[in-house]
Amino acid sequence: MSAILTMIGQRLALGLLTLWVVTMIIFLAVELLPGDFAQALLGQSATDETVNAIRQNLGLDKPAVERYFIWLGDVLQGDFGRSLASERQISELVGPRVYNTLFLAAYAACIAVPIALTLGILAALYRNSAYDRGVNVGALAAISSPEFFAAYILVYFFAVQNAWFPSIARLNETTTFTDRLYMLFLPAVTLTLVTMAHMMRMTRAAIINLMASPYIEMARLKGIPRGRIIVRHALPNALSPIINVVAINLAYLIVGVVVVEVVFAYPGLGQLFVDSVVKRDMPVVQASALVFAVTYILMNLSADILSILSNPRLLHPR
Amino acid sequence: MTFKELQRLYATKRINRRDFLAGAAAIGALGAASTVGLPFPAMAAPSKGGHMRIGMGTGSTSDTLDPATFDTTFNQVLGYGTLRNSLTEVTPDGQLGPELAESWEASPDAKVWTFKLREGVEFHSGKTMTAADVIASINHHRGENSQSAAKPLLAAIEDIKADGDYTVVVTLSAGNADFPFYMTDYHLAILPSDGEGNVDATSGDGTGPYKLEAFEPGVSAMTSRFENYFKGDDRQHLDSFEMLVLTDTAARTNAMTTGEIDYMERADLKTVHLLKNRPGVEVLEVTGTQHYTMPMLTDVDPFSSNDTRLALKYAIDREDLLAKVLRGYGAVGNDHPIATANRYHADIEQRAYDPDKAKFHAKKAGLENVEINLSAADAAFAGAVDAAVLFKEHAAAAGINVNVVREPNDGYWSDVWMKKPFCMCYWGGRPTEDQMFTTAYAEGVPWNDTNWSNERFNNLLTEARALLDEARRAEIYAEMQQIVRDDGGTIVPLFASYVDAHTDGLAHDTVGANYALDGFKIAERWWKA
Repeated sequence: MSAILTMIGQRLALGLLTLWVVTMIIFLAVELLPGDFAQALLGQSATDETVNAIRQNLGLDKPAVERYFIWLGDVLQGDFGRSLASERQISELVGPRVYNTLFLAAYAACIAVPIALTLGILAALYRNSAYDRGVNVGALAAISSPEFFAAYILVYFFAVQNAWFPSIARLNETTTFTDRLYMLFLPAVTLTLVTMAHMMRMTRAAIINLMASPYIEMARLKGIPRGRIIVRHALPNALSPIINVVAINLAYLIVGVVVVEVVFAYPGLGQLFVDSVVKRDMPVVQASALVFAVTYILMNLSADILSILSNPRLLHPR
Repeated sequence: MTFKELQRLYATKRINRRDFLAGAAAIGALGAASTVGLPFPAMAAPSKGGHMRIGMGTGSTSDTLDPATFDTTFNQVLGYGTLRNSLTEVTPDGQLGPELAESWEASPDAKVWTFKLREGVEFHSGKTMTAADVIASINHHRGENSQSAAKPLLAAIEDIKADGDYTVVVTLSAGNADFPFYMTDYHLAILPSDGEGNVDATSGDGTGPYKLEAFEPGVSAMTSRFENYFKGDDRQHLDSFEMLVLTDTAARTNAMTTGEIDYMERADLKTVHLLKNRPGVEVLEVTGTQHYTMPMLTDVDPFSSNDTRLALKYAIDREDLLAKVLRGYGAVGNDHPIATANRYHADIEQRAYDPDKAKFHAKKAGLENVEINLSAADAAFAGAVDAAVLFKEHAAAAGINVNVVREPNDGYWSDVWMKKPFCMCYWGGRPTEDQMFTTAYAEGVPWNDTNWSNERFNNLLTEARALLDEARRAEIYAEMQQIVRDDGGTIVPLFASYVDAHTDGLAHDTVGANYALDGFKIAERWWKA
């Protein structure tokens, strides 16, 4: 067990290093974009005078390196600063967005993961049958169409043709948990469609891969039914690759949903990130990028931990 | 002409009531005209109450309530037309009317303006509006450290002071007959002051018809009826007014067709004919002052030759652009920025597509073997790249070789506009001729995007500004429009209408054209039928 704790410690330390590098890359990338916050804010109505006034007021006239270290110093003291544009505290701005994004991701995951695993196991069970082919074609078709296309199709059938679900997610303070589930059903299904195929096919492939192993053959010779062989004998050993794929898809559900957010007008983190990049609002860009980076680091870490826990040989190394 | 077209012309103010009736009589639809009710909305008294939801095509997480940096129609409608008022107002029929100022008068040289404020006007916070608030609100945009886009507009103010609690006296460095018109600018909303010259620009407090309940930048805003509104029952018909940011055109259209919103800003011109056919949905077209331009830097060759400019002006097929880029929702431009909605719009011969004339001027300017680069991006306006490519084809027929350079949307206004010698651009337009010319055509002003300078034009501009004689002003502005048309550095191919859609559950009177969304005052002017 202590091996795991050591690993977690090491990985977290490496994660912090990664985060630091990410902040530098993001800062550099935004600096490389043409124009700065003052120009982006004023757009066509910018004059040199007003642009300079904004720059001075916000300290944007300082050299880039100095600005980066000022920002870094504040962050190390736990102060992520304020948005340049709205002058709101970053935590106040980003917090609700993170919650919205996590809510939708969790909702989509609750639908997608069980369905993907079940379909994958069944596909392995009835390999090469009409069912297997049908599920594969369906899942691949769903993942091949862009998210906005899948979303528009769903909206067309389930919001426009039949008014079963709302076409936009209109949240306010009075929105209850069940309202939220109802409003977000179409976005969650859209995300399910685009993430399911990957998980489903990995489950199927991992199990089929194991079906040729000697111990499975032994089990079959003993006369154990096929379904039981898969669930009791093959699946536990196939968990490691499946967990990794699920983790990658969960991370995608958090960081890659900006298109779905736009289509359903859902105020998530992706929309905030894009708006902030357009306006060169560095503190918000940095904070959002950190959330995304942390997501990937934590998802990868938990995938590794779960893989180890599911594999006795790694759990108890000699 | 069908009755429906007549209705549309009337609704968009292209014809007046008398012409409408005459037209209806001519096509034998007088009976229809008197029975449909529409377009005589004034007949029905506005009904009170209800909740209105509006889906906006703009809005960003960086929006604030500070008028100094208003740049999306979302915060313009919210922060100018809904939460606050200005000293004066452009009425729906395009005239200047009183708002927080009851009356105003000028010294004979139009240098000193005295505004008499309405008494007993309350802010949402309960504070009474006085001259101190007005002065602080104007000064918010002036001074060294101003970050306001309205700063150039107020540059001529030499002194602004109170004379008692309800009189404000403004002294200008040079006469300006349009100064009260300037006060309708959306930046110049009146904010509450703290008594020491600072204003509260961010809380959303104002004197407007609705008070702010919730505001999530880039997402939504909720407002509710302000009981002590000074305009009372004439305006402010709704109980509450909600705004949603729906920047995705398809999402906005879906929300409209599924009844999630009552009003949709910026209908998609490519599908608006389908939207029109839906029962219960009405499409609203308003021709305002918004126009698309193609500025050329007149101090850069080959554009320094007026023959080049004329060649290009004759080489563009405006009717074709109107049909293809705007699907007919607009009007052709005549190479000057004054719209039919402006007061002193002059009736000047429309410039038409004429490859022969273009060829003639191109030859004089020596353009035979010159490739002219035209920078374009859809940041300039939706369809700008298409328009540029169409222009390339139009110009090719006149033997002019235009090369369309695709520029990134990002950073377009800082790196392309006013930097590249020939590009695509748009202007929201201005309510007065003087403002439009002073902003983008006068010599040496920061946004003269062609670096054009014409002595006669500049002299006329200064002369007309201080004139209070309407007839003489009309003459001068007509001459200026002619000069810009024939010598200016900008092609003005199109005036673009505002095209919105709403449910038939909403009703309205004449729709203002000075800004989009009924002059940004949709919240106080519209009602639930």
